[in-house]
Amino acid sequence: MISNLVAFFSNGESLMFFLLALGTITGVVLMNSLTKVIHMVVALALTFISLGGLFIMLQAEFVAMVQVLVYGGAITILMIFGIMMTKHDGEEPQEEKTTPQQYTLLGGSVALFGILFYAIQKAEFVPAAFNPGVDNTKEIGLQMYTMHVIPFEIISLLLTVAFIGAIVLAKKEEE
Amino acid sequence: MVSLANSYLLLAAILFCMGLYGALSKKSAIIVLLSIELMLNAANLNLIAFSKYGVAPSITGHIFSLFSIAVAAAEAAIGVAILIAMFRNRGTSDIVDMDSLKR
Repeated sequence: MISNLVAFFSNGESLMFFLLALGTITGVVLMNSLTKVIHMVVALALTFISLGGLFIMLQAEFVAMVQVLVYGGAITILMIFGIMMTKHDGEEPQEEKTTPQQYTLLGGSVALFGILFYAIQKAEFVPAAFNPGVDNTKEIGLQMYTMHVIPFEIISLLLTVAFIGAIVLAKKEEE
Repeated sequence: MVSLANSYLLLAAILFCMGLYGALSKKSAIIVLLSIELMLNAANLNLIAFSKYGVAPSITGHIFSLFSIAVAAAEAAIGVAILIAMFRNRGTSDIVDMDSLKR
């Protein structure tokens, strides 16, 4: 047991994974336990940035940068703006006692995690060599503009429509 | 040298379950949106983990997760716009007050 732990922590990759996973889970737990909404958003920013670190460990440097830019930057700031424009006090309304509904939710989530845990523990992974190429970004660009052109165009259309829709929804209505 | 594949999948499962619990139990609509983002992010972690440790490792997982990030960003923008419009018309941003379809 102890020797297992020592072997785990003397390996650089495992140690880094442990630290980043700790950051991720800390952020999520804080999100579920803090009371002020702004604090929750900042806690989730920690989660998103730690996930970016995990992506770098998985040799996905480009996706890691996109993760930090889009999630750690844009979405966090967007949510903080949303809180500023809608909240009066910024306090998550707390109920005095936990309702039966919340116990059911907790039970359901834990049961789902149990099923996933069982499935993951049963799974066997054959180690296969992953070759990310010399330049991760270049590889992604080559694939995206050869094999995945049509999904790429559709995504760009979706983003345009979504942002026009967001502007139409949020703009001030005429009296 | 033990592979970290199972650890990544377990971490993604933990994130997904916590996000699910947050999305269903929180009262503030912003936090519900963020919890949905968290669940999408857990799926992204799975995609990238499989693109390295899966049976046929390839870079396609990265591309798929980029698409999913783009969809998540569009969803967050629309969600915040709906919340702002809702707040202007109804003066609240609580999930429990969004029940006009029930009446």
